[in-house]
Amino acid sequence: MRRRLLRWFARRPAASGGALAAPGLLWVAAFFLAPIAVMLGYSVRERGLYGGVAPGLTLEHYGRFLEPLYLEVLGRTVLWALVTTAACLLLGYPVAYVIARAKRWRQILLFLVILPFWTSFLVRMFAMIFLLRDTGLVNTLLQRLGLTTDPIQLLYTPGAVLIGMVYGFLPLMVLPIYASLEKLDDSLLEAAEVLGANGPTRFARVVWPLSLPGVVAGCLLTFIPALGSFVPSDLLGGAKQVMIGNLIQNQFTAARNWPFGSAAAFAMMALVLVAVVGYLRRRDAREVVG
Amino acid sequence: MPVVELRDVSKRFAAAPAVDGVSLAIDDGEFFSLLGPSGCGKTTTLRLIAGFESPDRGEVLIDGRRVNEQRPYDRGVGMVFQNYALFPHLDVGRNVAFGLERRRVPEVERATRVAKALEIVRLDPATFLRRMPGQLSGGQRQRVALARALVLEPKILLLDEPLGALDLKLRKEMQLELKALNRSLGITFVYVTHDQEEALTMSDRIAVMDHARIAQLGTPAAIYEDPRTAFVASFIGESNLFEGPVTEAGADLVSVGGPTPFRVPPRSDLLPGRTVMVAVRPEWMDLFPPGRVPAGENAASGTVDEVIYLGETLHVLVRLEHGQRVKVALRNEGQIANPIRWNRGDQVAVAWRPEDAQVLE
Repeated sequence: MRRRLLRWFARRPAASGGALAAPGLLWVAAFFLAPIAVMLGYSVRERGLYGGVAPGLTLEHYGRFLEPLYLEVLGRTVLWALVTTAACLLLGYPVAYVIARAKRWRQILLFLVILPFWTSFLVRMFAMIFLLRDTGLVNTLLQRLGLTTDPIQLLYTPGAVLIGMVYGFLPLMVLPIYASLEKLDDSLLEAAEVLGANGPTRFARVVWPLSLPGVVAGCLLTFIPALGSFVPSDLLGGAKQVMIGNLIQNQFTAARNWPFGSAAAFAMMALVLVAVVGYLRRRDAREVVG
Repeated sequence: MPVVELRDVSKRFAAAPAVDGVSLAIDDGEFFSLLGPSGCGKTTTLRLIAGFESPDRGEVLIDGRRVNEQRPYDRGVGMVFQNYALFPHLDVGRNVAFGLERRRVPEVERATRVAKALEIVRLDPATFLRRMPGQLSGGQRQRVALARALVLEPKILLLDEPLGALDLKLRKEMQLELKALNRSLGITFVYVTHDQEEALTMSDRIAVMDHARIAQLGTPAAIYEDPRTAFVASFIGESNLFEGPVTEAGADLVSVGGPTPFRVPPRSDLLPGRTVMVAVRPEWMDLFPPGRVPAGENAASGTVDEVIYLGETLHVLVRLEHGQRVKVALRNEGQIANPIRWNRGDQVAVAWRPEDAQVLE
């Protein structure tokens, strides 16, 4: 029986692949797609009096999301996610480059980049509070050095949120860029050099284009979670710096408005999907043409 | 005046010398090969000429000017890399045009020069201009790499084992093509290889390198027929080595003792007591039945160990009485119509004329 089964699979490679992928696919279906379907259902229902949903279908939650108040939150969220991504790219690319070029220290440097992942994101954001608060390390240091007499307000500013987000997402930018730079063959740079390309030209014409897949991956890995993040803005930004993530979280907890939370989450998801797919398709098109 | 000259050049990496006191001069239009086993310093020597490394000691001269401090680009050299080093994100046309773009050659001129360079390496521009390197075979990539270097019309072309990744048949074809290009373009070729046959096929002169130094420098014939050291004798082709002390320095012949006594032509420095080593090529040896060796030839008796059929030649491995194995190459005159008389286990005499042995240093 067992042998017959094995023979059946051996003659059908596609079926073997399917059988191997099935557990993972089922897992995703059960714990990712199903809750999303539930949320989609919630987003078009009436709000329940004490949380949850009431019977009756409506699109009013999506309509509410388009009110100026929420559009402002959305705009701020997108802006901050973009700034975070840009800052991570500017800071992360040189780090990835140095690690990829380092021969002896590569393993240690990589380990250091991954090290923060061993602590929960929440704990790391709390740690930022200790750095940035009035009596925190940064202010103490500034005062000791005599650069300021009174502590500077760092915590609960947009800057603090940005610092926190960049700190949190930087490794997600560094790792994919490192992966693409690590494959870069030294002889390509030497070939460019002997053909007359100086340092900046070698970077612009050889290193940068060949690292683009890593840059794109890093930007997506940074931008998408930055867009949905709520911990940095909650802990470091105070109440003034609400992001869409805070809004959604709030609807499910304090505000007890599950349908509106679901609608906001869905609108957000659709936005990200459209933006990313649109970007990737344009890139593909450009690659075919150019 | 030589195009490239190295004067007592040394380069160390960490503790080990990669190039140790190398001096050489390469003439205009010459096909010059650096030949040696891996780690002998041949690639470092090439990189010193290219300008990717700068010497710790000594001088690198191009066209008679010291270029120690000059970057590769300023030296007027082209380079072809072992793994081709084509830019994977640029098509063939953009790869070949890369150097022209850096020199701000106008676009119209650029296009004609790229097309011309591709034609020189026998790639049809209409077919290949828009192909990506990933869509090319190994041989085609090598041609693109060559075109990319040649399009700038360098005075000197440096090639670092450019044919190493190609299969044998294609490699032989490319060897002849490279030689033809060297002749027709009048460019000086400096060629690094570990393949002795390749070096003999293409080169005007060869520098055989061993342990960071030049072991011998000369024409292919000089290196093959008159190797100066045991290393050169066994690295270039095959050699049987014999060693012993000089027993008698006669006017016509010098007699040498040892396990296999032999004689060599006289030379002023071959005095009694001095140890002498000679190399004898397998094809300059012959086999005779014991006791039938012609007068005047050196002879050593032994037993046939193996007969190896190679097509053009036959190799007969003979174990001499004191245990040394000797290889004798015989011309194949047709083993079906006219088979050789030697079989495994036969008693034979290995013979060679005194003048066919090279006295080594």
